[in-house]
Amino acid sequence: MGLTGKNEPAPNLIQVARGHQKDGDPGIILTTLEKAVNWARKGSLWPMTFGLACCAIEMIAAVSSRYDIDRYGAGVFRASPRQSDLMIVAGTVCVRMAPVIRKIYDQMPEPRYVIAMGSCATSGNIYDSYSVVQGVDRFIPVDMYVPGCPPTPEALFDGILKLQEQIMQRSVFYKKPPEAVKA
Amino acid sequence: MHPDAQKIQQAFPEAAQNAVEWRGDLTIQVKRERLHAVCRYLHGDPGLDYDYIVHVSSVDWPDHPERFEVVYEFYSIRRKQRIRVKTRVPEDDCVVDSMTDIWKGADFMEREVFDMMGIRFRNHPNLVRVLLPDDFPEGYPLRKDFPVRGKGWRDTFTFIGEKTG
Repeated sequence: MGLTGKNEPAPNLIQVARGHQKDGDPGIILTTLEKAVNWARKGSLWPMTFGLACCAIEMIAAVSSRYDIDRYGAGVFRASPRQSDLMIVAGTVCVRMAPVIRKIYDQMPEPRYVIAMGSCATSGNIYDSYSVVQGVDRFIPVDMYVPGCPPTPEALFDGILKLQEQIMQRSVFYKKPPEAVKA
Repeated sequence: MHPDAQKIQQAFPEAAQNAVEWRGDLTIQVKRERLHAVCRYLHGDPGLDYDYIVHVSSVDWPDHPERFEVVYEFYSIRRKQRIRVKTRVPEDDCVVDSMTDIWKGADFMEREVFDMMGIRFRNHPNLVRVLLPDDFPEGYPLRKDFPVRGKGWRDTFTFIGEKTG
C-alpha cells in the first residue's frame, strides 16, 4: 500500500531486509548488541604511534604495503592519544619515559588496549640496568605481549589477532564478576 | 713525530706530556691545568685550525691514582685532521675547565660527561644533568663502582599529578 492510499508501489524511501529472495535469505542478521559492539571495536583498532626503539622499525614495516596492518583494521596510526584505542609500546622503556607513557595512556579514551611489543617492553630484555624499566606492565596494564627481539610484523599481527579474539569475548554492558573473567 | 704534536710541544713544553700517533690519528696527553690554554691554541692557531669539536667523553680507571680521564676530540675541517686530547682528573677534585667559550658545541657533551661520570666543568654556562632527570638520586651511573642495576630508582615511578609512594 502506497502513501497515497492507492494500490501503487511505495516510493523507495527506506528498504529494510531486502535480501536474496532466491536463497531465502531475508537479509536480517540476528546477533547480540554486545557482539556487534565488540565486532565494531575489534575491527577499528586505531593504534597510537609509540615507537621507542628498533621494534618501531618492525611496526613501521607492518604498516607498509608488504604486510599491510590495515587488513585487520588497525592501520590508522594516530599521533594523538585522544583518537586512538590501542597503544603498541614498541621498544625499550626508560624510567624517564615511564611518566610520559603513563600520561598518554591516561589520555586515551576507553576502551583502550595495550600491546607490549618485543622483549624490552615485556620484560626489559637484556637491559637489566639502572635506567631501564623491567617491563611496561609495571605501570600500565598490558593486554597482549608479543615476544621477539624485535618481533617480525607477522608476530605483531598475531598479537593483534589474539587481541581481537580477546575483545570479542569481553562484556560491554555489564561487568562480569572477577572470577568469571578469570575462567 | 707528528708535526702538530711537535708544534704543541714547542708551544707548551711543560703541558704536553705524551703524544701517540696510531694510524694517522694523533693523541696527546695534557696536564689538566694547561688544558684550556692548549685547546685555545689548537683552535686559534692558523696552522692547526681545529675548528670543530667532535666529542667529549670520559673514562674511569678505578685503580689509577688519577682516576678519571676526560677525552676531547677535535677536527679541522679545512685540514681534514683529527686530534684527541686527554687529561687526567683525580677523584677528590674532578674539575676541568669548560671548553664552551672556545667551541659552543662542547655545552651538551660536557653536560653528558657531568651527568654520567660526575666530572665538573669550570665556567660551564649550565652544568645540569642532561640525560637523567634533574633529581636523579643515585649518583653517576657510568662510574665503575656504580651497580649495574642501580640502587632501586628504576622501580620508583613518579607520575604527573600523582602522589609518590
